[in-house]
Amino acid sequence: MASQAGSQPVALARSAARERRRRVLGPLAGLSHGALLVWTALVVVPIVWTFLASVKTEDEIFGSAWSLPAVPRWDNWARAWEQAHVGRYMLNSVVVVSLGTAGTMLLGSMAAYVLARYRFRGGRAVYLLFVSGLAFPVYLALTPLFFVVRNMGSLPLIGPLIGLDSYGGLVLVYIAYSLPFTVFFLSAFFRTLPGAVAEAAFVDGASHARVFFQIMLPLARPGIVSITIFNVLGQWNQYQIPLVLLSGQSKDKWVLTQGIADISTAAGYDADWAALFAALSMAILPMLVVYTIFQRQIQAGLTAGALK
Amino acid sequence: MADRTKRSFLGNRAALTRARFIAGFLAAPVLLYLVYVISPYAQAFSIAMTDWRGVSAHPGFVGLANFERLLGDGVFWTAVRHNGLLLVLMPIGTLVIALFFAFLLNAGGATAASGVFGARFYRVVFFFPQGLAVAIVAVLFQQVFRPDGSGMLNAPLIALGLEPVGFLSDPGVALWSILGVLVWQAVGFYVVLFSAGMASIPRELYEAAEIDGAGRGRLFFRVTLPLLWDTVQVGWIYLGIAALDVFAIVWVMTAEHGGPDHATTVMAAEIYRNAFQYFKFGYASAMGVVLFFFTVAFAAVALRLSRRERVEF
Repeated sequence: MASQAGSQPVALARSAARERRRRVLGPLAGLSHGALLVWTALVVVPIVWTFLASVKTEDEIFGSAWSLPAVPRWDNWARAWEQAHVGRYMLNSVVVVSLGTAGTMLLGSMAAYVLARYRFRGGRAVYLLFVSGLAFPVYLALTPLFFVVRNMGSLPLIGPLIGLDSYGGLVLVYIAYSLPFTVFFLSAFFRTLPGAVAEAAFVDGASHARVFFQIMLPLARPGIVSITIFNVLGQWNQYQIPLVLLSGQSKDKWVLTQGIADISTAAGYDADWAALFAALSMAILPMLVVYTIFQRQIQAGLTAGALK
Repeated sequence: MADRTKRSFLGNRAALTRARFIAGFLAAPVLLYLVYVISPYAQAFSIAMTDWRGVSAHPGFVGLANFERLLGDGVFWTAVRHNGLLLVLMPIGTLVIALFFAFLLNAGGATAASGVFGARFYRVVFFFPQGLAVAIVAVLFQQVFRPDGSGMLNAPLIALGLEPVGFLSDPGVALWSILGVLVWQAVGFYVVLFSAGMASIPRELYEAAEIDGAGRGRLFFRVTLPLLWDTVQVGWIYLGIAALDVFAIVWVMTAEHGGPDHATTVMAAEIYRNAFQYFKFGYASAMGVVLFFFTVAFAAVALRLSRRERVEF
């Protein structure tokens, strides 16, 4: 009671100060919006401009960069989809990233779980081995990685599936390079989970694997979701590794980033600029849609990822 | 006696299943990691001391000759200089802009303790470039920066009768264009990151400071920034490492992959060029080793410099 009465004047002083500020700083809020809208425009305008250019004719693109198209030319999109193989590249990206992320999450959570919740000789060393991968620039490994994957290709039976110019090779490399962060993040997560439920399950005779898949994995769901998003985006955006591992001889296996970049860099004087804008729009559109739907989870996943 | 034997027998069996489980769960991830990550990194250091060009089965050992040659390689040092410039400017640019916007979003409202209207909308829009693949962003801005009347930025300049800017073709401007794109993509992420940090600062602190008559500027420098320092430090290290790893933007966006006339080249581009265009695998690996030491040195220096008294709240 006494303390409540004591806090009354403070609260009053606060609301008075708030009122005073509101009067003084009203215009400031307006200026804030001004600044924020400028950056909003910086983000939105280039993207909208690209979408507009994707339905223009070549003449309209070169004649007046800012004009609206007279008639929307959707045949640019058709050409990009068919002739520039954007559909094919997109499908390849979906295949590689789904397999890559699924494999990363399965292997990563298994390793993280064992390293976080079991004490055994060498466990700490294995954990440090994984985490040390966070510190290395990937460019250092590029050359030997190319030869490792090439040598894999000469293995009997499975070679063609995991060598150069194969989905399998790319998927395994994606998984391996996603492991350091996944293991690091998830083992921290598994460590925080309560052990009582797992112990009860052990007493009831559940196996180690069963406790992991049916109890610990569901409990770790928030962490799993964050890191899955982190890995999906990371692998979807990958450009450097496919550039090294999928050569020009296997264009049918190229991923989206590689395909779009190639359309752009290979474009000469007689390039189909309208189709390039259409291809670019097609690459951006699904990201925009997915982002709009999952923006909350994506922001949470990526920021959780950065605070390693 | 019989009882004890039974128990230790059971204990052994439990220990065995446990060991089998641990080995079973670790086998695949560790194997994959050793083959595709650890072994390439380890090999890179030894390849760096060879003259390997991919043709001979046994690369010749040349010791530190590649590193000696690197010392006299003007293009490589140009790349190092560009990375160094980006290392300083990209974090500064990104962090300053992001802190400004995050502060506006969280304390730019009618009172310093209230965010502006629509803060959520701004955060969603600002963050979007982060979801775009870097290679896609590079192609996008290649078009935005086009030197003729078809470029988004040059069209209005030409219409006004001004000289078009060679955003990517003028050697004096190109690197700044690269920097602009890097900052454009990164800002939203840090706005969200800092917003989350600012949201956890107790409003009472702002209100108390306001009652004491502190203006927005003082609030920012005396309350927000000190309390946010850990997050800013993380952002700085993260951006610095990103600046050392710039590749796709330069490789895709610029003429001659780092041009014109090496005006925009970076270490990663030189490594890729030497390895996969010139097939100088030994030499490229030596560059990789240098990049590795730059990265480690940067992280060490950054951690040391930004260590400060942690403010508890």
